[in-house]
Amino acid sequence: MPNNEDQSMFSNTILRWIDDRFPLSSLIREHATDYYASKNFNIWYIFGVLSLVVLVIQLLTGIFLTMSYKPSAKDAFDSVEYIMRSVEWGWLIRYMHSTGSSFFFIVVYLHMFRAMLYGSYKKPRELVWIVGMLIYFCLMAEAFFGYLLPWGNMSYWAAQVIVNLFGAIPYVGETLTEWIRGDYYISDITLNRFFAFHVIAIPLGIIALVFAHILALHHVGSNNPDGIEIKNYKNEQGNPIDGVAFHPYHTSKDLVWITVFLILFFAAVFFAPEMGGYFLEVDNFEPANALQTPEHIVPAWYLTPYYAILRAIPNKLMGVIVLASSVLFFLFLPWLDKCKVKSIRYRGWQYKLALSCFAISFLALGYLGMQPASGIYVVLARFFTVVYFIFFIMMPFYTRFEKTKAVPERVVYKK
Amino acid sequence: MKFFKIITACFLLLFVVSSGLVVGASEGNKEDNFLAAKNDVSDLNSLQRGARNFFNYCAGCHSLKFIRYNQIAQDLALDESQLIQNLIFTQAKAEDPVTTNMLPTDSSRWFGKTPPDLSLITRSRGEDQVYNFLRMFYEDLNSPTGTDNKILPGTSMPNVLWLVQEQSNEKEFDQFTLDIVNFLDYVSEPNQSERKRIGIWVILFLLIFLAFSYGLYKDIWKEVH
Amino acid sequence: MTNLNRRRFLSIATTLTGGIGILFASIPFISSFQPSKKAKALATAVKVNLSKLEPGSIIKVIWRGQPVWILHRSQEMIQNLKESSLDLRDPESELSIQPLFAKNAYRSLKPNYFIVEGICTHLGCAPIEKFAIAPADMGPDWKGGFYCPCHGSKFDLSGRVYTGVPAPSNLRVPPHRYENENTVIIGETEDTENA
Repeated sequence: MPNNEDQSMFSNTILRWIDDRFPLSSLIREHATDYYASKNFNIWYIFGVLSLVVLVIQLLTGIFLTMSYKPSAKDAFDSVEYIMRSVEWGWLIRYMHSTGSSFFFIVVYLHMFRAMLYGSYKKPRELVWIVGMLIYFCLMAEAFFGYLLPWGNMSYWAAQVIVNLFGAIPYVGETLTEWIRGDYYISDITLNRFFAFHVIAIPLGIIALVFAHILALHHVGSNNPDGIEIKNYKNEQGNPIDGVAFHPYHTSKDLVWITVFLILFFAAVFFAPEMGGYFLEVDNFEPANALQTPEHIVPAWYLTPYYAILRAIPNKLMGVIVLASSVLFFLFLPWLDKCKVKSIRYRGWQYKLALSCFAISFLALGYLGMQPASGIYVVLARFFTVVYFIFFIMMPFYTRFEKTKAVPERVVYKK
Repeated sequence: MKFFKIITACFLLLFVVSSGLVVGASEGNKEDNFLAAKNDVSDLNSLQRGARNFFNYCAGCHSLKFIRYNQIAQDLALDESQLIQNLIFTQAKAEDPVTTNMLPTDSSRWFGKTPPDLSLITRSRGEDQVYNFLRMFYEDLNSPTGTDNKILPGTSMPNVLWLVQEQSNEKEFDQFTLDIVNFLDYVSEPNQSERKRIGIWVILFLLIFLAFSYGLYKDIWKEVH
Repeated sequence: MTNLNRRRFLSIATTLTGGIGILFASIPFISSFQPSKKAKALATAVKVNLSKLEPGSIIKVIWRGQPVWILHRSQEMIQNLKESSLDLRDPESELSIQPLFAKNAYRSLKPNYFIVEGICTHLGCAPIEKFAIAPADMGPDWKGGFYCPCHGSKFDLSGRVYTGVPAPSNLRVPPHRYENENTVIIGETEDTENA
């Protein structure tokens, strides 16, 4: 692009000084501006960028919340109301953070689903997938620790239930739960250490893992909806002919969808921050009360699928084991999936059916996790748990003999 | 691919519809007299009446510790003398939070429970519950207070509004209690009007930005084939 | 519109709108640093009853977390004040912080009451009273005033700083007004009383 000579001379000198001492320009070129990615990205490919956007929102609003929040059992609840009412614009910062935590999971789940649609976890991207799953585990922990901080009644009892899960482990269970709590019950001590995890420990871990995630991705190059490697066909400059440079192509496209996302995000923040009790639970507007359990203890909506699976198993220890497996199974997808074709566009009906059933069961379990564990709900939860596990366990079998379609050599791009 | 899309769409539709039904069905008791609290937080007159009602009948036992008197005065368009005359019946100053002089030790002795702070009551229980709680006291000579309540059976709270109820007709009493609920709705989130007002501008701005960025995207991708 | 012009227009429009957006978005975050409503509530004016304050005596109160002294100046003190305009770094109070009405020798609304923040303008220690005339430790020329023990700064009975001491300016006089003969309100001036 044309540039003003005089203006560029000054900035060029500074840039050259830095580049002599630090690979700034080359890093920017390699990982941002000149990173080539397929030209046929569809909507499923926006959720990685959106995850980054939400991460930045959470970090920024989180820092500002920490300026006024008090991590003690005596003051926590009041300090949140102090932020909501007394700190200038505190209400907006709080709502952005609470809405952000729900939107984080919406975006991350869709991001993960993209990988399952287009085989983004397959060779050579297994490590991208594994690091991504580690980020997901950190995110769940981050949400769990963060949820105790308002010290509302649901915060208290959700922490109580989840920490007690560790008591199911034989021999070490009781000691472990006491060690996690730092006390004999969920107390001020527990709150303070959960605060440390939520504000420093896990965010540092997430940031490091996101770095590794992007680095691993850039090392092999991005996948695409057709599941073919664009690096197979390069032009004279050495760039994939089916790819376009990140800047200005993907930056301009991502900017549009980031804006759409922000419209949805801020619509929630300004007009429905409670989202019917799903983003901010009504029970949490009462302070923690050790003597009064809420009528229905439910985790936040994004953890309810796993809650449903846990409750579906009538045995405490087995329930915990099954719960852990349900999350850990994702890690093995690159090796469970025996099909050589990456993208669902060219895969057999077996995988399409299996993935549909998995998606439906995940949503169904999410819904069931919010209901009381009785009657028809238990039956359905057990049914869908079985479907959920069949997806993983039977995958080596139904993917080995898939009747796939012919995979094109070049990417399919429709304007 | 199309089959998969259809299945997902069907299920999402089913999920949305059923969750709507479930949420609707779990709303309160369906007593014949149960009314939905259709309060309007932007109705300044209602809020002023509600504040007056609250401070005359409720503030003796119930605090609103998360809001200050001067905040109420500012949002309800009352000047300092109106505030002090009509709302402050304790030795509190305008900048103080709304506390009650009833000691927890005393209230535990008298009622068995401490009257809870009401700053967030409409957010935790909902406007409908609070509204109908105030309306559904009935005579029960077996209880220590002489009354009981259909929404919260066994409640320790006496029917503080019994005289108002006696002296007004049903419509007037419903309005009286609705004003209180409206005021409590405001107290539970004083910023809500400002929040919605600013939100409109934010969305409008983002739509303008969307228009420009979309145009730019289309222009840049024109040459891609 | 030619291709280049359209590209340029859209780029600038997007960048400009984006920049404005980021500016607006930063307002809540920067504003959140301001004193909260609670801070403002706790910072309200302090009423002090002066009826029991003897001439030559001093009361100390707290306003906005800071010590504020009220000195009932005796006739002798007022007399000594007029005479001690020499050796002062800023006798007209050009550099120091005080309400407009305090830009004079008395640095107060009424000569017989002196209201001042008891914080040394050097590094923030609390000066001590030295009202005796020419005591041994202050020298023969001392007409009464305040002495800061931390680094030896000296102030006269209007809180004006002497030359040759580390403190750079006169002691701060807080905004104040009189509700009546015996009551002073610290934290409000005549024009802000209805703020």
